[in-house]
Amino acid sequence: MNFWNTMFIGMKEIWAHKFRSLLTMLGIILGVSSLVAMSALVKGMENGMKEALVAMGGLEKVRVEFQDDLPPHQRHLTDQIPGLLMKDVYALQSGAPLVENITPIVEQHGYRTRINVTYRNKRARPWRLYGTWPGILDLEDHRVEHGRMFNEIDNEEARSVCVIGIELRNDLFGDPEKTGEEIIPIGQTIRINGQPFTIVGMFEHYMTEKEKKEKELAKLQAQQNPQGGVVRDKGRGSSGPSGYVFRLKNNSIFIPLKTMMIQFRAAAGLDEKADPRLSGIYMKVRDISLLETALQQIRNVLQVSHNGIEDWSFRTEEDLADGIQVTIKNFRMSGVIIAAIALVVGGIGIMNIMLASVSERVREIGIRKAVGATTTDIFVQIIIESLIIALIGGIMGLVVSIALVDSITAFTPTENNPVITGEAMLFAWGCSAMVGIIAGMIPAFKASKLHPIQALKYD
Amino acid sequence: MALVELRDIRKTYHLGGEVIHALDGVDLDVDQGDFTSIIGPSGSGKSTLMHILGCLDTPSSGSMTLDGMDIHDATPRQLAKVRGEKIGFVFQFFNLLPKLSVAQNVELPLIYKGASSRERRERAMQALDLVNLEDRAKHRPSQLSGGQQQRVAIARALVNDPRIIFADEPTGNLDSHTGEMILETFCKLHEEGRTIMLVTHDPEIAALTPKKIEIRDGKIASDVDAKLSGRESRFKLNRPADT
Repeated sequence: MNFWNTMFIGMKEIWAHKFRSLLTMLGIILGVSSLVAMSALVKGMENGMKEALVAMGGLEKVRVEFQDDLPPHQRHLTDQIPGLLMKDVYALQSGAPLVENITPIVEQHGYRTRINVTYRNKRARPWRLYGTWPGILDLEDHRVEHGRMFNEIDNEEARSVCVIGIELRNDLFGDPEKTGEEIIPIGQTIRINGQPFTIVGMFEHYMTEKEKKEKELAKLQAQQNPQGGVVRDKGRGSSGPSGYVFRLKNNSIFIPLKTMMIQFRAAAGLDEKADPRLSGIYMKVRDISLLETALQQIRNVLQVSHNGIEDWSFRTEEDLADGIQVTIKNFRMSGVIIAAIALVVGGIGIMNIMLASVSERVREIGIRKAVGATTTDIFVQIIIESLIIALIGGIMGLVVSIALVDSITAFTPTENNPVITGEAMLFAWGCSAMVGIIAGMIPAFKASKLHPIQALKYD
Repeated sequence: MALVELRDIRKTYHLGGEVIHALDGVDLDVDQGDFTSIIGPSGSGKSTLMHILGCLDTPSSGSMTLDGMDIHDATPRQLAKVRGEKIGFVFQFFNLLPKLSVAQNVELPLIYKGASSRERRERAMQALDLVNLEDRAKHRPSQLSGGQQQRVAIARALVNDPRIIFADEPTGNLDSHTGEMILETFCKLHEEGRTIMLVTHDPEIAALTPKKIEIRDGKIASDVDAKLSGRESRFKLNRPADT
């Protein structure tokens, strides 16, 4: 008995009980669509998180940060802490070939020491003020949209220039979304803690995918009702955890390292000395596969230059990446469990219907056996029927999942886009096929074991 | 060597604590070209005998060969193959599949034999032609009369060109006129050289066949060969087939 024939018989049987078969498929439809939709949502979430990871400078970024909290066995050396100094930067440059773009940072966080940035009568509070080298552009994945980044000459001459994030422009010069005109403040002089600085560059507006979509949507709505309509609250706290990175970048001011040292870290009184310490040294590993080796290299260099005192620590994005992995894994796990439950329920439905179908076709099975069908023929026939129900249900489930994901996107257009992947669809369909075969086993076994005489006598 | 040989066939059932000997040592030879009727009252074991002869059931003990093949120790798979290729069945209640067309019903044994769809169609039409029903090929069994349904069943039994045809009360569910026409079809097949075994409880029908086996209490009570005993089949074969 050939395969296509069995398929044909199976299709016919299902067509003969259209409504019943459809109801049976419902479980599979739900299972497959929830599996695909869940995986699409998780994929969307993963994309959002990876986006934040890239915005922070990627996995290759390594931060060496000053830490005055020595390990217990070194506590007695606290008064000898050297701190991170420029000589460490030079030492790393010559002693750690596995890292590149070694960039010193002197940082003034907005929430530790209040930074006041003023322009005329307007005031802004940046989240952070960095004195650094131009290499920070690459390390933090910045893009200068207007003007230029300060360069080595600006740094050498300690010029009072700065590059600002877009939120500072909005606070000091006006938000183009509110005032209706875009001001590019290149060449303007602002005051940072009272010191005059010339703006030489401005970064682009960093946005998550979600925020970009929000903006497009707002534009679209504005087009649809030009009489104003609802003004969307563009609250800054709206974009969730991954949005923090983007908001931080938009609220940053960068000035040359030497300018920082001279303007803000030089002696402020008779009994105060200049503070030569750096807040951190940022760098990139040349090859991510050699991360551990590179870290060891950095450690060796700093051990020597700090006389073995560990007043510094590493920060890599690996922790963040691991966190993402764990979160994604958990979400995926719960999605798989939900879908698996739905599929099992669907499988039980199929088994139930196939058992009923076998019971009402005892006579047919008897006739088929009398005219030469083997046990295997009957077994295969029932399995294939069950498989067809599951496969058709699976295809319907895929269609439903696409509709489902589309409607999720339509209802919450600003969330991270769910992404349906081909693998997810194939996997879900494969699962439905497997459920069909497993669910068909018991009915098929029951049918194939029927004795032809009893089956023929059955009414 | 006979086409079918039964030696000391026994079949016992256990019903509750009771042991029922449905067949109690049956010896039987069926030769190529025989037209035999098995007659006996209900409960005599004639149906059991036919089921065993038709490889639908296996004996509890005894040996059986069909067309030179040992049946008593064949696997279920081999039995299915024998049923499909060497045996044709005609049942009292026709046993056609209501969801399939007449032609598809006739094709059924060929499907399990693995014939190509073209071969199946051709042979099904030939078989339907033998019973004069080729114009009803596309109908459903439910659209046919009882006699026509039984002829479809005969066509199905013939389609594999079997060595032997078993008919279990083929006229039991038909009126006497239609029943006669069905018997006539069997006689015609017999004339063509086919081996037929017919189970009936009606002595009148049994009297039509050249050979007659009477079963009583699971044993063969008499084995009459009409030709040897000088009696000819009184059934006339000059009547045209039912149209």
